[in-house]
Amino acid sequence: MYEKNITSMHLDVLKEIGNIGAAHAATSLSTLLNKKIDMKVPKVEMVSFDDMMELAGGPDSVVAGIYLRIEGDVTGSMFFVLPVEQANRFIRRLVQDDHFDFQTGAVSEIGASAMQELGNILSGSYLSALSDFTQLNIFPTVPALSIDMVGAIISFGLIEVSHVSDYVIVINTAINEEDVPNEESVRGHFFLLPDPESFEAIFKALGVN
Amino acid sequence: MIAQGQVVKVGIADMNVAKLPDTIRTSGLGSCVGVVLYDERLKVAGLVHVMLPDSSLGRVENINIAKFADTGIPAMIEQLKLEGVQPFKLRAKIAGGAQMFQFSSSRDTMRIGPRNVEAVKEQLKKYTIPIVSEDTGGNSGRTIEFDPSTCMLNIRTVNQGVREI
Repeated sequence: MYEKNITSMHLDVLKEIGNIGAAHAATSLSTLLNKKIDMKVPKVEMVSFDDMMELAGGPDSVVAGIYLRIEGDVTGSMFFVLPVEQANRFIRRLVQDDHFDFQTGAVSEIGASAMQELGNILSGSYLSALSDFTQLNIFPTVPALSIDMVGAIISFGLIEVSHVSDYVIVINTAINEEDVPNEESVRGHFFLLPDPESFEAIFKALGVN
Repeated sequence: MIAQGQVVKVGIADMNVAKLPDTIRTSGLGSCVGVVLYDERLKVAGLVHVMLPDSSLGRVENINIAKFADTGIPAMIEQLKLEGVQPFKLRAKIAGGAQMFQFSSSRDTMRIGPRNVEAVKEQLKKYTIPIVSEDTGGNSGRTIEFDPSTCMLNIRTVNQGVREI
C-alpha cells in the first residue's frame, strides 16, 4: 500500500484528518499564546524527498524543529518546525522574556524546555483529535528539539519511508499568526509522515478501501 | 575565492559529478553522509548523498542506487571512469552521519548516522580509496561544498560556523 495504490480520494481523506488535528492544535496554541493562530492543511500530496525539503523552506534554512515518533496502531514521524524568528516570538511570549533568542549561542534551559513543552502540547492535541476520529490508538513519544538546518532535521523522518520509496506522503499544516507582517515569509509547519505500512490501518479505520 | 564556475547541486539520495571550474554542493546533511570522490590531477569530483547503509534494506525492486552506501559508491566510481578517471587515483573526503536527536529508543533508525558512516568506510576500503579527511558524527547538520580546483571540502554548520577539510 504505497505510491501505486494511493488515489486522490485517499489524499482527500488524509487532508480531512490533517484538518481535524490542525483545528485542535490551533485552539491549543491560540490559548497558550493568547493570540489568534490560524492553521490549515493547504494540500496533502506525495512528493519527492527534495520537494519535501522545499516545502519546509529549503534544506539550508534554519529552524527550531521538534521531532517525535508516533507509536501505537499507526506509526510514523511528526515534526513541528518553526523558522527561528517565529519560534523566538512564541517562546518570548510564553516565558515573558523579550531577549530570548535561539540563535545566540547557548539556548537557555527554560526556553528550550518551553519549546519542547509547546511541541508536546500541540502534537498531543493534534494526535488525540486523530485518535478520537479514527478510534485508533496513537501515542507520541517525548519530543526532541533541534535548532538546525531543516534538511538535517526532516531527513531523519524520511528514513523509514526511504526503505520502500523515494516519495513521501506529507500531511502539511501551515501555521500563521495574526498581526505579523511578512506573513508569507514566516511560516511554521506541522509535518505528519505516517510510516508506509500505517496507511492501511488509517484507511481501514475510516472505512476507505 | 573567485566565483567563476557553477555550483552543481546534489539532492538527497542523489549523486553528480563536477569538473573545474565548477564546484559541487549538497545541503542539509543530517544522518546522511556526503561522500566526495576526486582526482586531484584531473580536477574532477563526484558527490554522493548517501541516506542508508545497505541496499538490502530497500524493499523494492527498482532501487535508487544513489541512496545506499553499497550501491552509490560503486556507481559513482563507474560514473567517474566515464570522465577518464582511473579508480586507483581516487581520494575521498566525507562528512555527515550526525545523530540529530538524542532520545532513548531501541529503534535502529536512531543510530542511522553512525551506521551510514561505517558503511561508507567499508565501501571505500573495499575499493582501496583512501579517506584524506572527514568530519562525521556529532549532532549538527552540515552543508558541504567541494572545489575540484583546490580539492578542499567546505563545511558549514549552524552552530559551529564554517571550516575546510
